[in-house]
Amino acid sequence: MGRPCGAHDPGRQRDRDCTTIQADPQPGTAEPKRPRASGLAAPTPGTDARTPPRRPREIALNTSDATGSLLAEGDSFFHVPTIAEFFPDAILFEGTWFEFNRVQLVRLIILVVVLVGMSVIASRSKLVPGRIQSIVEILIEFVNTSIIANTLGLREGKRFAPMLVTMFFFIFAMNLGGVIPGLNLAGTSVIGMPLLLALWTFVTYLFFGIKKHGLGGYLKHETMPPGVPKPIYALLIPIELLQVVLIRWASLTIRLLANMVAGHIMMVVFIGMTQALLFSGSALIALAPFSGALAIGIYGFEIFVAALQAFIFTMLTAVYIQMATADEH
Amino acid sequence: MDTTLLAALDGNIATVGYGLAAIGPGIGIGIIVGKTAEAMARQPELRGQLQTTMFIGIAFTEILTLLAIVTGFIF
Repeated sequence: MGRPCGAHDPGRQRDRDCTTIQADPQPGTAEPKRPRASGLAAPTPGTDARTPPRRPREIALNTSDATGSLLAEGDSFFHVPTIAEFFPDAILFEGTWFEFNRVQLVRLIILVVVLVGMSVIASRSKLVPGRIQSIVEILIEFVNTSIIANTLGLREGKRFAPMLVTMFFFIFAMNLGGVIPGLNLAGTSVIGMPLLLALWTFVTYLFFGIKKHGLGGYLKHETMPPGVPKPIYALLIPIELLQVVLIRWASLTIRLLANMVAGHIMMVVFIGMTQALLFSGSALIALAPFSGALAIGIYGFEIFVAALQAFIFTMLTAVYIQMATADEH
Repeated sequence: MDTTLLAALDGNIATVGYGLAAIGPGIGIGIIVGKTAEAMARQPELRGQLQTTMFIGIAFTEILTLLAIVTGFIF
């Protein structure tokens, strides 16, 4: 031990391996890595016995090292959330294409609750609405006035209202899964569902745009905005084309997915930190109430984000449809 | 020759990258919301439309930061 990083030492695997603190020049007494609470993938065994094993990338995201940082005191409790949170073990059909894990279970529960609930509310609807019916009516009214009327217009938007209302309720319910105790995971926090919804949007605006303008007319309408100097078109057409066929639906997917993933991880970090501080058995307990208050604040923020993301997704869908089906100027 | 390493950093540069990626959109969203507030103060009756436009603008700006979250996990 004791060569500087990057020296010609065949025993070393990667540069990262030689960046641990080694104040002790004696090879045998180098401090061994403390075992981590989250033992995900087994670390690759180093070729050199003295080399600390290379940590998997997920764990390397956590910057607190085992060597004497302040937060390391809560290390044995604090389960650092990783991306593996969203890929729990399979419940049914493991190893097949129809693998069924916790996320699918959450989605199924939410789907059943929303479908049955909405059917019951719709079948019992009265002229003078009850409490639950008026909540649903307020939400539908919200989609109608602030999304459809502001983008597509009420007359043109009537065709798309069922799709947009469905989309709004579906995303909102799926997002709320992340804050409902017991479910704890948003149905939209794994890429399949946002991707499916975004492709629905993509197919819809493409279909109605081509239906209205014809294929050539639609492409011209979307990629060649009027009033631009001719040479600029060489630059503009590829960008706009890429935007129509890829960027729009990809960004819809990533926006919803990243919001849900980041929200969940943030919540897990703060709640886990509160627990770790509370049971740290040192003066750090005094910090636990602040951390707990932050966790509750973030919980509230996540409810807001669930509604906001449903709103933005539906809104952008409406905007894209409006762009595709707008009349020529 | 034996050298002694006194200090080192371990971790992933993605955490720094996220911070960098949050600067630009942060400023951008600030400008968007500020201008919308200004516009709403001038024309309160256009509040609904302005808010709609504001949220669309925020969505387009915010995606840059969200991409940074995703790239941190992918690479």
